[in-house]
Amino acid sequence: MPVLEVRDIHKRFGRTEVLKGISFSMEQSQILSIIGSSGSGKTTLLRCITQLEQADRGRILVEGKPVFDAAEAPNLTKAEKRDRQLNFGLVFQSFNLFPQYNVLDNVTLALRLQAKRRPDYAAKKAAILQEIDAEARSLIESVGLSEKLKNYPCELSGGQQQRVAIARALAMNPRILCFDEPTSALDPELTGEVLAVIKALGQRNMTMIIVTHEMAFAREVSDQVLFMDSGVVCEQGPPDQVIDHPTHPRLREFLRNFSK
Amino acid sequence: MSFWDVTLSLLDGLVTTGQLFALTLLFALPLGLLICLGSMTRFTPLRWLVRTVVWIIRGSPLMLQILIVFYGPGLLFGLKPLPRFTAALITFVINYACYFSEIYRGGIQSIPRGQYEAGQVLGMSRPQVFFRVVLLQLIKQIVPPMGNELITLVKDTALARVISVYEIIWAGETLIKKGLIWPLFYTAVFYLAFNGILTLLLNWAEKKLSYFHS
Repeated sequence: MPVLEVRDIHKRFGRTEVLKGISFSMEQSQILSIIGSSGSGKTTLLRCITQLEQADRGRILVEGKPVFDAAEAPNLTKAEKRDRQLNFGLVFQSFNLFPQYNVLDNVTLALRLQAKRRPDYAAKKAAILQEIDAEARSLIESVGLSEKLKNYPCELSGGQQQRVAIARALAMNPRILCFDEPTSALDPELTGEVLAVIKALGQRNMTMIIVTHEMAFAREVSDQVLFMDSGVVCEQGPPDQVIDHPTHPRLREFLRNFSK
Repeated sequence: MSFWDVTLSLLDGLVTTGQLFALTLLFALPLGLLICLGSMTRFTPLRWLVRTVVWIIRGSPLMLQILIVFYGPGLLFGLKPLPRFTAALITFVINYACYFSEIYRGGIQSIPRGQYEAGQVLGMSRPQVFFRVVLLQLIKQIVPPMGNELITLVKDTALARVISVYEIIWAGETLIKKGLIWPLFYTAVFYLAFNGILTLLLNWAEKKLSYFHS
């Protein structure tokens, strides 16, 4: 069974139809890269999947269970929407760390708030918080920032901030981790450290969707590449097919502009 | 009258000035938030109504507003006027709430949308995002413009004397009738001291919040 199925997603902003019926599916532990020029709708697609935007039409299923259905979306309670949204983690282009919290607190904040809803919270508070703390520390270690636990985001480089953002997203234990152009806001010499972290996650079998302009990276790590143009999926397949042997004229043009 | 007597009589006025300042803050800070929400609501008629009120209040002299609140009910409807201090306080609260609302609005709009979205994808509820993520950033943003308004408010309390509220300038002026000019200018020392303390408090707050940058 596919871990994620996206069926016929439509989204319009005013008169502009940004997504014109997107469908794809992916298997457990796969890495899917979404490529395409600016304005092709790839970020909007990612925002619809992570439910920051509500698609006008279509369905999204995780492990066969619906996590979004445009027809019933308005009827869900806020708590139900939140639970469905937590199937996905999202790493933003601009990091969006919480500036007033240090690295450790950025990673633990949402977990601590979530723990308050547990029925046994009052009885086991100390143990729960200790568990969260240990969990967060090991995640921060896994992105190589153990020395920065008590530092604030403004004291970190862009690459370090993005690695914290990845640890923060992982803390919620998402089924699928999404990246929205994770290295576009970084100086070229800092992209490597972020891409290395993403690659390491792939080796640990994390299921991931990456919207990216890093063509070499997409070719190296992806199981599947999806090329979008004007709100539709133009071409989809393994990277050696899509990136190395493109058939669609728009994709050829796109890749030609890249190799320049 | 000795220097000491003059000081005591001005201090008497300063108490009223201080009361006017503190009570205005107490009521105008929350009222400003309410006006701010009104000026940002998606319900268009209310938004335009609130924005029009803010324009009228900010666009006309505070001194006239004090006179209208004090004399207006009597002249228009034959009602008994409010007590002088109350009339001045009501005017200050409304006037300053309008200024505060614009400061709040600027602060709220300065918080990047990504902060709300980051909280949302991490499963936080809207109140959690507001109180745990946005609020402190908002406070940091509004401390400097608020400081400006607070310092202006200290001096604006002097306008209450147009309806004979016995604040410190009025206290100084009554001494002119006893042949003393210098106490009126001496009142400046009290304003400077008041604002000096206020400035220290504001600097302290700014420093407390300087450990992070948005």
